[in-house]
Amino acid sequence: MITFDSVTKRYPDGTVAVDRLSLEAPTGEITVLVGPSGCGKTTSLRMINRMIDASEGRILLDGVPVQGIDPPTLRRGIGYVIQQAGLFPHRKIVDNIATVPYLLGWDKKKARARAMELLERVGLDPALAGRYPFQLSGGQQQRVGVARALAADPPVLLMDEPFSAVDPIVRTSLQDELLRLQAELNKTIVFVTHDIDEAIKLGDRVAVLRVGGTLAQLADPKTLLSEPADDFVREFLGHDRGIRRLQFISTEGLRLRTDLTVEEGAERGTSEPWLLVVSGDGRPVGWVSGARPGELEPYGTFVYGRDSMRSALDAALLSPSGCSVAVDEQGKVVGVATREALDQALAEAADG
Amino acid sequence: MGWLTAFFSWLGEFFGNPENWSGPDGIPMRLLEHLEFSALALALAALIAVPLGLLIGHTGRGEVLVVVSANLARALPTLGLLVMFVLLLGAASIWPVIIPLVLLSVPPILVNTYEGIRGVDPELRDAAYGMGLRGPQVLLRVLVPVALPLILLGCRLSAIQVVATTTVAAYTGLGGLGRYVIDGFATKDYASVVGGSVLIVLFALVVQTLFTLAQRVTVSPGVSQRLKVR
Ligand SMILES: Nc1ncnc2c1ncn2[C@@H]1O[C@H](COP(=O)(O)OP(=O)(O)OP(=O)(O)O)[C@@H](O)[C@H]1O
Ligand SMILES: [Mg+2]
Repeated sequence: MITFDSVTKRYPDGTVAVDRLSLEAPTGEITVLVGPSGCGKTTSLRMINRMIDASEGRILLDGVPVQGIDPPTLRRGIGYVIQQAGLFPHRKIVDNIATVPYLLGWDKKKARARAMELLERVGLDPALAGRYPFQLSGGQQQRVGVARALAADPPVLLMDEPFSAVDPIVRTSLQDELLRLQAELNKTIVFVTHDIDEAIKLGDRVAVLRVGGTLAQLADPKTLLSEPADDFVREFLGHDRGIRRLQFISTEGLRLRTDLTVEEGAERGTSEPWLLVVSGDGRPVGWVSGARPGELEPYGTFVYGRDSMRSALDAALLSPSGCSVAVDEQGKVVGVATREALDQALAEAADG
Repeated sequence: MGWLTAFFSWLGEFFGNPENWSGPDGIPMRLLEHLEFSALALALAALIAVPLGLLIGHTGRGEVLVVVSANLARALPTLGLLVMFVLLLGAASIWPVIIPLVLLSVPPILVNTYEGIRGVDPELRDAAYGMGLRGPQVLLRVLVPVALPLILLGCRLSAIQVVATTTVAAYTGLGGLGRYVIDGFATKDYASVVGGSVLIVLFALVVQTLFTLAQRVTVSPGVSQRLKVR
């Protein structure tokens, strides 16, 4: 656990970047620091590994004040990932990843074996090991940056806007990758971003900072969206707070109808306005309406019980039928969520 | 085309003369002297300027030294400096010539080494510290390999300058390839002037080539962004 105990940072020019900040980043969780530019996120993060020293207050790593630890020693035990990856251009990828193991005096063979293992762990082709950083794309470099931070298996990981310099598609895949890794590794992660969506997606806990370096709110993402502490947080969360909150509501309790499907080629024998055509092996094919029986209309699906209400609603909006198709993990239809069912679930969500 | 014919006949005369290939004024001897003075001066200069440049660049302290040395290099007349040292120290040893040669070759190395280290991306330096490297490790394991092309450039500039200046040093009675040119002019032996000049040019070209090769070998392909063909 990382503890900020009334930490203040005053720069030599008098700027107060962080002002009596107290918060905890629990072991094994992702704590996100988010806030507008200049609110002291980077400063706070860098005080943990003593890249910057706090002016007042204490930062504790599992109860031990970091101020008492020799900075290089401290840093070798803390993974650090920065925006532009900061890879060493003169070293091959494998040696970049093995930087900290080399520093810790591992023998070269063991360090390289570990680097190769991590290369695959972060989703990179082992063939990249012998390349130099300039031969990699920005997204690949960022993955190497994560692998390098993980190389000596530190319990703590600090990440400063690690994904903000790559395009949105790559960013999404890097975020998913991080969540997948975290599910395996259970590191204590402090993650800095100015992107509230990223904060909500990644954070077990989100700390919203305001300019001047004070804590506006510290909460889990769902609470943050449903109960913002004040106008600053509300504004920072943005306009579609309600819609985004749906991503924390499970589709588990959603009422499904199973009488709205018809097998491909079979006669439609009801007066329902819309029926879902399902293939022989149970997969959705398209919607047919009573008005235009010959036409197959598009459909949207969500995985029942796993995906959120946001996905279910999104799936409904994709189809002229206004219904969304619930499928299992294998993609087989388990039922149909009608407008009425979605309405009811949304009403419950708005209440609770 | 008359001058071209003359040029080649002088060349033939100079290089064809067996007397020019042996003894203390022979080409091998003169080449060796030239090499000796240049290499000694360059080595001493690098020994002073590289560590100094690394230290100033890394710590950011003593930057005024770099500025002063760069300005002095531009202001000081080479020949004047040589003559002054010979007058001060006499011409009995090689030092009156070596010292000014060293003084002249320090600034290019110092300035380029300093700029090389300073010019390393601050993000990279930051990442190196963030990984837990200590100050000297950051310098030697990250900054130097990345700044190496500039450091070598400084050494190459100095080397070319030293080779040229060693030629002029023959005025003070020193050996080296400059003797052919200076003595040749004095005795109106144009074969010697032309032959000596060609030797000096060839010498400088060889030095350039050596530095290019050294760069190939020592600079990481990741820095020069030269792809290795596998
Ligand atoms: N070395 C410094 N000297 C003086 N002031 C500084 C220094 N570094 C940062 N600051 C100031 O401290 C405040 C917080 O900076 P910090 O870099 O921590 O913000 P941030 O939240 O990371 O912002 P961004 O989202 O733009 O990265 C800013 O007002 C900044 O100008
Ligand atoms: Mg920042």
